[in-house]
Amino acid sequence: MDSLLKLSESTILTWITFIPLIGMAAILCVPRQNMSLIKGIAGLATFIPLVLATMVYFGDFQTGANGYQLVQSLPWITAGEFQVNYTVGIDGLSLPLVWLTTLLMFIAVPASETVPRLSKAYYALLLMLGCGITGVFISLDYFLFYVFWEVMLLPMYFLIGIWGGPKREYAAIKFFLYTLAGSVLMLIALVAMYLDQGTFSIPEMMAIGKAGAWTGPELLGMSFTTWAFWFLFIAFAIKIPCFPFHTWLPDAHVQAPTPISVILAGILLKLGGYGLIRGCFPIVPDAFRENAYVLGVLGVISIVYGAYVALGQTDFKRMVAYSSVSHMGFVLLGMAALTEWGMNGAALQMFNHGTSSAACFLIVGVIYDRAHHRDLNAFGGVAQPMPRYWALATFGFFASLGLPGMAGVVSEAMTLVGAFQSADTRFQLLVLISCLGVVLTAAYILWALQRVFLGPLNEKYKDYPDINGREVFSLAPLLFLCLVLGIFPFYLLDWMDTSVIELMSLLNPGS
Amino acid sequence: MALGAYIGVSAALFALGLICIISRRNILYVLFGVEMILNAASINFAAFNRFNGGGLEGRVFVVFIIILAAAESAIALAIVLNVYHLMKTVKPSEADFLRE
Amino acid sequence: MDHPLTSLDWNLLLAVPAIPLAAFVVQIFFGRHLPRKGDWLPTAGMFVVMCITVRMLFVALGAAGHEPFFHESVHEGGPVFGWFYQAAEKADGLNLVAGVLYDGLGAAMLAVVGVVSFFVHLFSMGYMKGDRRYHIFFANISLFTFAMLGLVLSDNLLFLFIFWELMGLMSYLLIGHFSHDPDSPRIKQAAAACKKAFLTTRVGDTCLLFGMAMFYYHFQTFQFSEMWRLAAEEVARNGGEYPTWMTVAGLFVFGGTVGKSAQFPLHIWLPDAMEGPTPVSAMIHAATMVAAGVFLLGRTFPLLSPEVLQVVTVVGSVTALFAATIGCTINDIKGVLAYSTISQLGFMVAAIGTAGGAVGTVGIGLVAGLFHMVTHAFFKACLFLSAGSVIHGCHHEQDMRKMGGLRKKMPLTFTAMLICTLAIAGTPLFSGFYSKDKIIASAWEVVLGHGGWTGPFALVCLALAAMLTTFYMFRLIFMTFFGEPRDQHIHDHAHESPAPMVISLLALASLGLFGGKMWAMDGDVLGKHTWFESLTWHVDHETGETEQFLYPGIDLTQMNIASAAEARAHDPEHTAHIGHDAHTRALIVSLGVLLLGVIGAVLFYLLRKIDPARVTARLGRVYTTIANKYYIDEIVDGSVIRGTMVLSRTQTWIDENIVDGLVLLMGRIHKAFGFVCAWIDKNIVDGLVNLVAGVTQVCGSVVRMLQTGRIQQYVSFAVAGGILLAALHILS
Repeated sequence: MDSLLKLSESTILTWITFIPLIGMAAILCVPRQNMSLIKGIAGLATFIPLVLATMVYFGDFQTGANGYQLVQSLPWITAGEFQVNYTVGIDGLSLPLVWLTTLLMFIAVPASETVPRLSKAYYALLLMLGCGITGVFISLDYFLFYVFWEVMLLPMYFLIGIWGGPKREYAAIKFFLYTLAGSVLMLIALVAMYLDQGTFSIPEMMAIGKAGAWTGPELLGMSFTTWAFWFLFIAFAIKIPCFPFHTWLPDAHVQAPTPISVILAGILLKLGGYGLIRGCFPIVPDAFRENAYVLGVLGVISIVYGAYVALGQTDFKRMVAYSSVSHMGFVLLGMAALTEWGMNGAALQMFNHGTSSAACFLIVGVIYDRAHHRDLNAFGGVAQPMPRYWALATFGFFASLGLPGMAGVVSEAMTLVGAFQSADTRFQLLVLISCLGVVLTAAYILWALQRVFLGPLNEKYKDYPDINGREVFSLAPLLFLCLVLGIFPFYLLDWMDTSVIELMSLLNPGS
Repeated sequence: MALGAYIGVSAALFALGLICIISRRNILYVLFGVEMILNAASINFAAFNRFNGGGLEGRVFVVFIIILAAAESAIALAIVLNVYHLMKTVKPSEADFLRE
Repeated sequence: MDHPLTSLDWNLLLAVPAIPLAAFVVQIFFGRHLPRKGDWLPTAGMFVVMCITVRMLFVALGAAGHEPFFHESVHEGGPVFGWFYQAAEKADGLNLVAGVLYDGLGAAMLAVVGVVSFFVHLFSMGYMKGDRRYHIFFANISLFTFAMLGLVLSDNLLFLFIFWELMGLMSYLLIGHFSHDPDSPRIKQAAAACKKAFLTTRVGDTCLLFGMAMFYYHFQTFQFSEMWRLAAEEVARNGGEYPTWMTVAGLFVFGGTVGKSAQFPLHIWLPDAMEGPTPVSAMIHAATMVAAGVFLLGRTFPLLSPEVLQVVTVVGSVTALFAATIGCTINDIKGVLAYSTISQLGFMVAAIGTAGGAVGTVGIGLVAGLFHMVTHAFFKACLFLSAGSVIHGCHHEQDMRKMGGLRKKMPLTFTAMLICTLAIAGTPLFSGFYSKDKIIASAWEVVLGHGGWTGPFALVCLALAAMLTTFYMFRLIFMTFFGEPRDQHIHDHAHESPAPMVISLLALASLGLFGGKMWAMDGDVLGKHTWFESLTWHVDHETGETEQFLYPGIDLTQMNIASAAEARAHDPEHTAHIGHDAHTRALIVSLGVLLLGVIGAVLFYLLRKIDPARVTARLGRVYTTIANKYYIDEIVDGSVIRGTMVLSRTQTWIDENIVDGLVLLMGRIHKAFGFVCAWIDKNIVDGLVNLVAGVTQVCGSVVRMLQTGRIQQYVSFAVAGGILLAALHILS
């Protein structure tokens, strides 16, 4: 353990993770009529982690240092041979996502104002969700990872199922079953690997994977590592979501209230991508390399297919949901290419999609709060009563479209160029096909903008108030990030660089 | 008088009390029966005390039993009263809710 | 290279894009509250930019002629920006270091953009007065200018691409300017036009992105100078031939030009872009946006293989001719100019294409094409602004059939427009002559050098297009300014435009006159040596020896213009003769088509000797096809857009019914299985449990009969029990 982790005991990550849980406990003690106090506590319990995470980002975290940082390790479950540790730590790949999580959780609190039937339980569950997600990103013990993964599942189920739209129960159950199916596969792989090598420590498992030391038996003509790889891959691919495991996403998004959509698109999908580079590829790198092309193909199918389906939607939110499928396809394509730019692009794309898609969902939420429907064909000319909203919406959607000067293009270009460089030249064809997705993305976004904002004004919408201060407050940080990272991408790439190089060395033992 | 005579009286009294409890149709007679059984026990205590050294113990018990009987009948009467209020009867054969 | 730019020069160059950017930021946030809605701020900023760019152009011109003028900030300690990484030490291939590239082409283009943009800003102060989103307009047009200036200064392909896309966004916002305006009658068309412009160019952009990825894969750099060097090495390694991948990648890069510079078949966005305000059209059609595509060809020329150049020639020629034919049938004053732009862009592109085969004067086509981009910027900006002035004067009437006789009402506008019409027609002494004549000469050289079928093809197309250009431009002039007023009401209310507009017009018109060659200064009226050539390409007209300054250190005669060089090496005397011959013939052709075009226009529209209606009736279906723009919009609509929508709907259906259906089917199967299990559970598993319980219950109910609830009975049982026990005890 000591050789793999740099043991500088620090509790800050634990605080970041569990302060929302403390907030949840506090909320449960407040009488339910006192909503302003509950909101205050929720705001505080999400703001403190954001401050702490920012301090970590610019302070405690050493860019360019190898290995995991701010590690804290405690024995947790000890039963004879069975040993589970509470080990948390971050590297350049998880830090941006932890920070993004704290930011989006903080944004979700004011954005929740318009959720119908708002109650004390809502905020309690929201905080619990925050704790679970952050926990997944910082876990360095696979069992702990799994526990946090499950912790996050339950509040999400209730948040969609209770505070969602008309078909909320259906959507919530679909989400739950899909994710649970993935969790079960993960658990099976996890237990099998534990029985094989007797450790839950992720760094140790990576070392075993790098050495090719998995000794499990062959089953039905497939090696042990291949089985483990596919089980883990499907578990995470459901979360990404990649074709053909994506159909829970549109339903969940459409039914979920705006702030939950924001969290869902902004961070929950990133768990899938993060899981792949932390808990799947480096643990069974041989199997990953063998199947990288299949993954690339799945990524490209997601990109193009997601874009086509998004083009065919009439529901504004459903369109944005499918655009997530399309954008997250880039993540898979970049990772599968096994090049440094591809991996960097994929990691960057995760963060950028987190900001831009979250912004898009907030934007859709603004118009939904006023019109109480999301039918693209029923809008028109909304830019006239709401000019400031139009400006911000254009900003957000162009960021999502991958306009240069905004964050999306850096990651998309890096991914595509990186994928083109792949040692496997078949990827060049994939890049060519995924370029189609880039054009289609522009098509559906512009078409939607035209149908909603431009053209003659529908009289119904004449008196809509422009976007208000609270909505701008939620939206502004995300749009700001889109712009800053588009102009200064090194604010993320410098941080991620060393970790990406380490990851590449784990995946490519030869290089 | 021999001990046997005392016990005979006591036994007779006990048997009468028992018959009274089992056979009478009015719950008050049942209570009388209980009193008779208690008194049969008192006689036994007194008799055994006398023929067994003549200490105080037996007699103290008798006094206790008399006090207990008084208390018991007070409580029993209260119960009877309540039963009457509840069921409009004092016949034990009709008050069969113990069955439930 | 002996005289690196000073740090002052570098800072000035940085200020060039920074000023409009700053103006944009101020304008978008505070423009509404500034006096006059802040229009003076970007305009003043652009004035400064214009001064800087012109000053820098003179720096370049001062160095030109005796040494290549080529400066890269990466090598000269100028401003450098590590884009992807700053802290991390990266190998060159993995980081992207952006800097400023300032060479002859950049200097010329930067000055053109600076000058034209300033006058467009100035013009807008008059033209856009009273617009609902006046301050937003100035903010957007500022950012548009910023994007173009940044593009010109980029020293690497990725940054060029970024500014290129940014320009796409700005064109979207500016073309759609009226799509917010409830008072505008064409609000719907504006909304559709801006989307169409962005999407169509985006198709080209994506091609460019893919081409970039291909080049990056092989070269590991985006920096232009490095790419040229590596391309030269690659070609040398390949025995003087371009490898196939470079041809493919070059075609993809050219795809970007096709989109941005509105070449066939991606030209469809440009006529629709007329929905934007006229100053925006002037910007898009002259100095920015469409020029970017040609500029890209200039920057990537060494990367393009001879095969690519042939494609470039054909596409450019086709575009030039077919747009010119459409231009003759349009009645919208801006529409004529839009198709004229497409046609002129076709000239530029075709010229760059012919550079590969022109044997007399090596590389003449490249210079001619780029030079035409510069002169075209001057006169096309002026033409558009003049059209804007006419439209403004006629209270937003754009149909030429309702104008006429405006010459006396708007004398200054008329003068400006006439000068620029003469320029675009290629009248000697006017700027357009110098560039257009060279383009024809380049095509002639290919023909005379027997450089394959593309040469004659290009020559015929371009000559016809040049004739039609003259024809439709004079048609425009005659219909608008001459003859009897056709709509008395409009004529009565027509008026000359306010001062800022007229000043802009006259300034640009004088550039349209003198911009090709400062013949008023050096007295060498018909001489071949223009200022642009001295910046980019040194040609000794006596010997035909050339030396290019565009790509220092790169010997293009070993690359894509190798066939020309070979011909020269083989028979220098003959080729020199060809060079001379081509120029003579080009001059004859230019003047011939000019005359033909003017005569035609005069007969049709000034003297009305021929009735256009009869000719169109004669042409019948041919005319309707042309008037309907060859139905290309309809074809694209029917094939690409319809096809995409069908695919989209199919996939949506698949997603909802098959992919999701499979999931739901899995759910149903499990649910059905669950019901079966539930039945088994209820009837079989639970049945067994119930059986045990049932037996217990029966026993219980038997015993229960003893329980009467009667105390007396219980006591009886107790007594009986006691007696029984006693009896047992006694008996045992």
